[in-house]
Amino acid sequence: MEIKAILLSTLLLSASLATAETVFVTLEKDNAIAVVDPIAGKLIKTVYVGQRPRGIALSKDQQTLYIATSDDDAVIEVDANTLQVKGKLPSGEDPETFAINRLGTRMYVSNEDDNQVTVIDLSSKQAIQQVAVGVEPEGIAVSPDGKWIVSASETTNMVHWIDGENHEIKANTLVDPRPRALNFTADGQQLWVTSEIDGTLMVIDVASKEIVQRVRFSVPGLGQEKIQPVGVVIDDKRQWAYVALGPANRVAVVNAQTFEVEKYLLVGARVWNLAFSPAQERLYTTNGVSHDISIIDLESHKVTKSIAVGRYPWGVAVKP
Amino acid sequence: MIFNLLRLFLLPMLLFVALFSGQGLAETKQEIKIAYLTQEKQVPAALSNLEPFIADKGLQGALLGIKDNNTTGQFTGQSYFLKQEVVPLGADVKLAFSALLKEGYQLIIVNLPAAQLVQIQQLNNQALLFDVATRTDTFRQSQCLQDVLHILPSRAMRADALAQYMLKKRWNRWFLVVGATPEDELYARAIRRSAKRFGMKIIAEKKWLHSYDARRTAQSDIPVFTQVDDYDVLVVADEQGLFGEYISYRTWLPRPVIGTQGLVATAWHPTHEQWGAVQIQNRFKALSGRQMEEEDYAAYLAARAIGETATRTQSVDPTQVKAYLFSVRFKLQGYKGKPLSFRAWNGQLRQPVLLAAPTSLVVAPPLEGFLHPKNELDTLGYDQPETHCQ
Repeated sequence: MEIKAILLSTLLLSASLATAETVFVTLEKDNAIAVVDPIAGKLIKTVYVGQRPRGIALSKDQQTLYIATSDDDAVIEVDANTLQVKGKLPSGEDPETFAINRLGTRMYVSNEDDNQVTVIDLSSKQAIQQVAVGVEPEGIAVSPDGKWIVSASETTNMVHWIDGENHEIKANTLVDPRPRALNFTADGQQLWVTSEIDGTLMVIDVASKEIVQRVRFSVPGLGQEKIQPVGVVIDDKRQWAYVALGPANRVAVVNAQTFEVEKYLLVGARVWNLAFSPAQERLYTTNGVSHDISIIDLESHKVTKSIAVGRYPWGVAVKP
Repeated sequence: MIFNLLRLFLLPMLLFVALFSGQGLAETKQEIKIAYLTQEKQVPAALSNLEPFIADKGLQGALLGIKDNNTTGQFTGQSYFLKQEVVPLGADVKLAFSALLKEGYQLIIVNLPAAQLVQIQQLNNQALLFDVATRTDTFRQSQCLQDVLHILPSRAMRADALAQYMLKKRWNRWFLVVGATPEDELYARAIRRSAKRFGMKIIAEKKWLHSYDARRTAQSDIPVFTQVDDYDVLVVADEQGLFGEYISYRTWLPRPVIGTQGLVATAWHPTHEQWGAVQIQNRFKALSGRQMEEEDYAAYLAARAIGETATRTQSVDPTQVKAYLFSVRFKLQGYKGKPLSFRAWNGQLRQPVLLAAPTSLVVAPPLEGFLHPKNELDTLGYDQPETHCQ
């Protein structure tokens, strides 16, 4: 009976996996991206893209991959099917990461060395503005309605609220030291921000721009200084949030309604960034120091697989 | 070039926005005045031409800290000003210090040797001093200085960092070689303390009394000098760098060199890239045209500690700044992966210590497994029970 059930679930699982997605991972030290078939659990190939690739995202039509090649001072456009480089966007110096609005018309790039955010019009491929922000801008996100672009500066310890219309900074929220990543909830009501040095996760109310919740993490048997939250994602239903804890080598599962940490999932070493599968049934993590990615099944909240991808995996994007 | 042009346009643009847009960029309401006090140094004898004498060690770090603070200040309505007081060689720093106090400076970054730090501290009645130069253990252990914060790791912290790593490697048998200056003896004292603390055995100790001419001493004398009982590592105490570099590859036995040369314990190093360090290394190089030295890092942190306090408390009163810096709320990002804070008992900045070879960063103690009931950073240097300061 039990065996049958397992068999059945395996069949169901593989049936649901028939529409296989492709996972793209930037490899910071290999100057390349890894192309992974997550269902087969295989690295398909590695493609050279440029120096020190970090941020990565797909265009709205899923046909173009945007990749920040930081040491080339560019965001490049790569054909998501042929993996040929198609073009280059004027990203400003040392682009680390970027965000694209929901309409797919604008890209906002963090220029870490220049304390700026560059606004790029994706149709004309022109940089249309540079916004001066705090010291070492890194995490960047666009609210679902496009009204706000938020940029976290790591040394200024602020989240800057940039108006989506005129690109003026309208407000600043002081946050815990060294904010790294941030993301809006799908309903646009909350902004979740991680602090690497303080080990905290902050939930900011978008309307008031104030911190309304602070989540702390603690893993038995692990020193508090190992807990350095980086990437954070929240599912569309705002049921669960997932936080990469860096050198703690774990992903924290946070109940997005009660803000309780429900579970810590052991993944690879120095977990950085996270991405959902298109239907949000899986989560992919990049593990910087163990040179692999982990796959987490979100139904059971279990790590199902890890796949070696190359040196220093950083960003991750998923193509349906 | 483009960078400079951008800056040229950006600044007026920012001012414009600050004046006319309102909410995001705050109007400047508070000016935070910080002084930087140092004295010109006599150019010391150099061992090699590879490392030119740097006259503005420390100052450039303070300037970068002020620049970063001002970037933040545009959003909080605060502006930071650094008064630079460089006392000429032979002149009296006490007079310069008194003048700064008279001008109302209450937050002063001090880059002076230990003896002069004591002199000016005795005149102080109003300011909070940020010592960015001394490594003196007595200031952290028995002769604590009121209203002085020490940013650089003490000699004891450095020696403990080395000892932790040696213990991990099980390189327990040390041969200690000590130079002729009083500072070398202080360094050796810290090494002896750490050896005892971490159960290392100093199998031999010798004073280096030879001349400093490489042609005469290095090849012939060092093999003879280093013939002692078997040991795991040679620990050298030569803070000025007068002979330590000659030891590697010339010892009687093939053994690694650690201490002031070889594998060194330092607050900052050009090879350090982790935890965002590459960003500040780049910013520093762009500003000063050279690599960041320990004193620069210390002066940067001093300026940033003041900035953090001003951002979060809006206060610049030295008593309140000190209270905030000693509170649990103060957590400084220092590009070493752990939040930095001050030890309330002696004003020492808690921090990891980097162990570095000339072109590679080896490790950043405190190492895993060295436990402490309160803060693992306190496994380095004088802990609260060991200090006689109040």
